[in-house]
Amino acid sequence: MAPSICAVCQTNRALILRPKNHQKLCKPCFISVFEAEIHHTITTNSLFHRGERIAVGASGGKDSTVLASVLKTLNERYDYGVELILLSIDEGIKGYRDDSLETVKRNAKQYGMPLTILGYDELYGWTMDQVVEQVGKKGNCTYCGVFRRQALDRGAAKLGVRHVVTGHNADDVAETVLMNLLRGDLPRLSRTTSIVTSTPSIVPSSPETTSHTNIKRSKPLKYAYEKEIVLYAHHKNLDYFSTECLYSPEAFRGSARALIKNLERVRPSAILDVVRSGEDMAKLVPGGNDNCGNGCGGQATLVEEEEGGCGSSNGRTTGGEMASMEQQLVQSEAAAEGGLEVEITTAASKSPNPPDSDVIPLVTGKKGKKLKGPPHGTRKQPARQTMGQCARCGYLSSQDICKACVLLEGLNKNRPKNSIEVTYDIPEEASLNGNTVVNGVQQLSLGPD
Amino acid sequence: MSAASTEDVVPITVEFSGGLEMLFSNERKHKLSIAAKDESGLNSNVAFLVRYLCDNLMKDPRKDLFVLDGTVCVVPEHVLSPALTIQRRPGILVLINDADWELEGEDKYEIQKGDNILFVSTLHGG
Ligand SMILES: [Zn+2]
Ligand SMILES: [Zn+2]
Repeated sequence: MAPSICAVCQTNRALILRPKNHQKLCKPCFISVFEAEIHHTITTNSLFHRGERIAVGASGGKDSTVLASVLKTLNERYDYGVELILLSIDEGIKGYRDDSLETVKRNAKQYGMPLTILGYDELYGWTMDQVVEQVGKKGNCTYCGVFRRQALDRGAAKLGVRHVVTGHNADDVAETVLMNLLRGDLPRLSRTTSIVTSTPSIVPSSPETTSHTNIKRSKPLKYAYEKEIVLYAHHKNLDYFSTECLYSPEAFRGSARALIKNLERVRPSAILDVVRSGEDMAKLVPGGNDNCGNGCGGQATLVEEEEGGCGSSNGRTTGGEMASMEQQLVQSEAAAEGGLEVEITTAASKSPNPPDSDVIPLVTGKKGKKLKGPPHGTRKQPARQTMGQCARCGYLSSQDICKACVLLEGLNKNRPKNSIEVTYDIPEEASLNGNTVVNGVQQLSLGPD
Repeated sequence: MSAASTEDVVPITVEFSGGLEMLFSNERKHKLSIAAKDESGLNSNVAFLVRYLCDNLMKDPRKDLFVLDGTVCVVPEHVLSPALTIQRRPGILVLINDADWELEGEDKYEIQKGDNILFVSTLHGG
């Protein structure tokens, strides 16, 4: 085949075929186009503001490494005026994170960013190895996923950082859109397509008092193809680490991923098309985030993270679908004004489940031909419910006590007497009765699988 | 092309990354010499190389992590018709001398002396 010429500079030999538009680019043009698109995503969604401290959820993997590298480049090139730090989570699985954490440490030097590594032991009082020792190999993925879901937010709150960026890419978002579509869960589809989300987390302001704040989460790589992320890392010679999930990917997510990859083969634009369809469907969901894409960067969608499973500490999922987070949280107008945390608490204390809400989830929609009344799955409740905060840890939760705290309760109750004390503080008055714990644990196996 | 085809073997470098190296004795870089002609006497192409790697270089039994449905490795070579070309497992990028293989004719690209062929998995890790 005759060498192709770069579509941009018309000079160099093309090395990259862009999946989204079949454009053929040379290496320097590809790198500058890729960076320009991320910059565009950041500016049009007003993801950052000057003076902001931003933690990059760093796993040492390709997505978070590319994210850190690109953000450093753009912050310098366009003078965002943000302070970037790296935040890594160590699940405490002996040997598992060693290489990836070494990679993150090198990245910290390479990019001149301060790095904090927080262990599950520091965040929860338990390493995953200790959890496995207690609960056995089976089912520990649940713990890992639930803990991971909150780890970055808890970690950020610990560091006094209000904004976490993760390496979720277009393929990840498309996969999630498809999964929720296949489950018929449009409310959650709507939440997970949002480029900015926000979760209340506890902030230790002094040893005695704690206050709640919202940790903002955003996905600057949301429109970037996984293929281009890998190519960017390759052509920029970025230092990243690839590891396999210790556990096999959950079948449903694995199938969704395979479907996405096969669609990409036949029709490369399919991935972005699915992402855009997800956004459009999100607009149709009552109470869904409006994703206006411009000027509403501060108006984040409140969301309980659904990502879970093993293999990645930056929130990106490589396998192990976690139980679904079922409740829909609707932003009130007041919340949009910026009083998010206040709004959540008041809403929670007012009516936990407004029966005649004007906001009706599509799943239980009036016009639904088959779906009349409440959803069929008894454990699955995509219906709108007000989100409250966990009575123990302050994390956004649809239950009184969040899943992590329920799991911790079970773990701590059965902790061998001779082992070290839990560092994670649990107020006595919030203790659960046995039933609630059982219910909570059952709810962890939510989802169609 | 004719230079390569007149010789018996073609020396090349094959690299694996993105987690694929784990399937190939944890070695990222492999210097190999493959036959200049395939079973049917045609110039060896990438499809032939993938078959070769699967049969000779890959010690890991999980062939399906490298090729789709393990077709290449299960079906004896003589049964493979030319039409039944090897499909790379979705999620693996192939770079031929740093260029996307889609710009080079994909698996029909005829291997040249000194080529560097990189297989990168996009599936692992965040
Ligand atoms: Zn160019
Ligand atoms: Zn909690």
